[in-house]
Amino acid sequence: MADKVLMKGNEAIAEAAILAGCRHYFGYPITPQTEIAAYMAKKMPKIGGCFLQAESEIAAINMVYGVSSTGKRVMTSSSSPGIALKSEGLSYLAGADLPAFIVNVQRGGPGLGGIQPSQSDYFQATRAGGHGDFRMIVLAPASVQEMADLTVKGFALADKYRMTAMVLADGTMGQMMEPVSLDFDIEPAPEKPWATTGTKLEREHNIVNSLFLAPEELEKFNFDRYERYKYIEENEAMYEEYLVDDADIVIAAFGIAARVSRSAVNEARKQGIKVGMIRPITLWPFPKAPFEKAAEHAKAFISVELSMGQMIEDVQLATKCKAPVTLCNRAGGMIPSPEQVLEAIKNAANGGAK
Amino acid sequence: MAKLTFKTDNCKGCGLCVDACPKKLLQLAKDKINKKGHHPAEITDQAACVGCAFCAMMCPDCIIKVER
Amino acid sequence: MVVFDKPHALNDMPMHYCPGCTHGIIHRLVAEVLDELGIEGRAIGIAPVGCSVMAYNYFNCDMIEAAHGRAPAIATGVKRSDPENHVVFTYQGDGDLASIGMAETVHAAARNENITVIFVNNAIYGMTGGQMAPTSLPGQVTQTSPYGRDVNHCGYPIRVCEMLSQLEGPEYLERVTVNSVKNIRNAKKAIKKAFQNQLDGKGFSLVEVVSSCPTNWGMTPQAALKWIDDNMLPYYPLGVYKDRSAAKEEAK
Repeated sequence: MADKVLMKGNEAIAEAAILAGCRHYFGYPITPQTEIAAYMAKKMPKIGGCFLQAESEIAAINMVYGVSSTGKRVMTSSSSPGIALKSEGLSYLAGADLPAFIVNVQRGGPGLGGIQPSQSDYFQATRAGGHGDFRMIVLAPASVQEMADLTVKGFALADKYRMTAMVLADGTMGQMMEPVSLDFDIEPAPEKPWATTGTKLEREHNIVNSLFLAPEELEKFNFDRYERYKYIEENEAMYEEYLVDDADIVIAAFGIAARVSRSAVNEARKQGIKVGMIRPITLWPFPKAPFEKAAEHAKAFISVELSMGQMIEDVQLATKCKAPVTLCNRAGGMIPSPEQVLEAIKNAANGGAK
Repeated sequence: MAKLTFKTDNCKGCGLCVDACPKKLLQLAKDKINKKGHHPAEITDQAACVGCAFCAMMCPDCIIKVER
Repeated sequence: MVVFDKPHALNDMPMHYCPGCTHGIIHRLVAEVLDELGIEGRAIGIAPVGCSVMAYNYFNCDMIEAAHGRAPAIATGVKRSDPENHVVFTYQGDGDLASIGMAETVHAAARNENITVIFVNNAIYGMTGGQMAPTSLPGQVTQTSPYGRDVNHCGYPIRVCEMLSQLEGPEYLERVTVNSVKNIRNAKKAIKKAFQNQLDGKGFSLVEVVSSCPTNWGMTPQAALKWIDDNMLPYYPLGVYKDRSAAKEEAK
């Protein structure tokens, strides 16, 4: 077994990105993800890479667009308000079919909000990353190890499907320290014949572009892209199931909410309540299959979230409303306690009577 | 003697070449209409052209080739 | 003997610009420089949003289309991806460079990013139908300043070269125009220098080309070229605003 090192979640992302072959990082300071930039600033110059602090989030995402246009692995990271600023660039990346790796270490909102952990950018990440029809692959780590694993995976998926892969973490994941193994088999980046690296007068010019004024042409690009998205939905959904097979009550939770919920599930099981948990690891594509299956036997679902209830809509859609889905949440930077989740489980076990 | 060749179909009839010619040898052909629907530029007296290429330098659409 | 023809770096696609628009002249000058310096195969151009949004169609080198104002940031990424081999230029209008993209412009200049910026200043938003630009002149009538630009209400036009010249960062800033054969020759010299500076590793080089917009200025192409002399150049004087290497030479 490979040696493990003790790392902060944010640092694990940075180191895993470098291992994945990323040599260009652009960012703008914002709490609680600054360790990523700090790590890159230290490391990149020593390995022939480029760390550059941009003048804004908008500039940073466009520097990413520039490097990605040349076919190289590149990333930026930010936190909620900063991701909102990047949303213009995310849409352009999608429109030009450019791979990119983005990290959102979420904080409470809306507006300037706070700096404590949150999951309230779920809609933004899975629905509204920017204007126009597009998707991003959204990866939700629940441990420092997964911060690293999903970073490596994110770069590979971004290249494979020529789209943005985003790690959607929260302040807890970014700040907590855990032992991590950084022993990865890195898939080499695929050939990128579309990249703008200079024609060398040997080929026609390549154009990286998202402007298509003929509506028939633009429509075709949208349909083609959604064919790709359909394939991804069918092949790339990731999740973890915990004690779901015999469960009457099924919790849906990702990230830190899943860790809290696991404690509550264990306690409830001790008290004789048949409860399990499905933890989506990809938020888009949302793992519909395990929810559909669980809906065959579960009497109730509980969505545990650090938001006013966003993933709950996907749970309702995936279970086709065969059983009631209730929300157990905190917001604004607060985290549900295991006791709060246990209460919600007991309440569901009693048929939802408060 | 110089020779001008016009990519007539790309001419937008702006007339900047007409003004640029120091010998006033160019005009927009009032009796012709190109594919774009413009009166294209033409030379009235090829023999008098010295090939200074001022017309070509002013042409925004790069339609004039100059040989000497 | 051919004394003048379309440069190789410009392809055969007819340009979409209005009759008499000087964008075509400036495109050609950039392409001639790419030819003469032998860098078409290494060049990567960044097109803006605005009238020259489709510039990517006209150059034979690799091209990238940017979001509005973001070309210098994208150019930064492209350049830093392979500083030795990539020759990177942006081609931007006044709204793109001096309004929505001002931060990207100033910071690329401040970093002395080793790129070439071609800044086309025609004092109006052309593509969207003639709105007031950050460089529209005081009193200039546009679609969104129908009574003339009132500086008490919406401020003064920005002189980009003068402003950037106050920064330590940039290598070379020059303002030229293309309203006559003589001025076109000077413009080409400046553009060539702006690319040569990049090849020599000298850094951020911006050439502001005072340009015309016959359609949205509401005049003939000929009158528009004269309007540059009569109205634009008094507010935007031609000349070199910064040339660090030349200044160093002089100091020796």
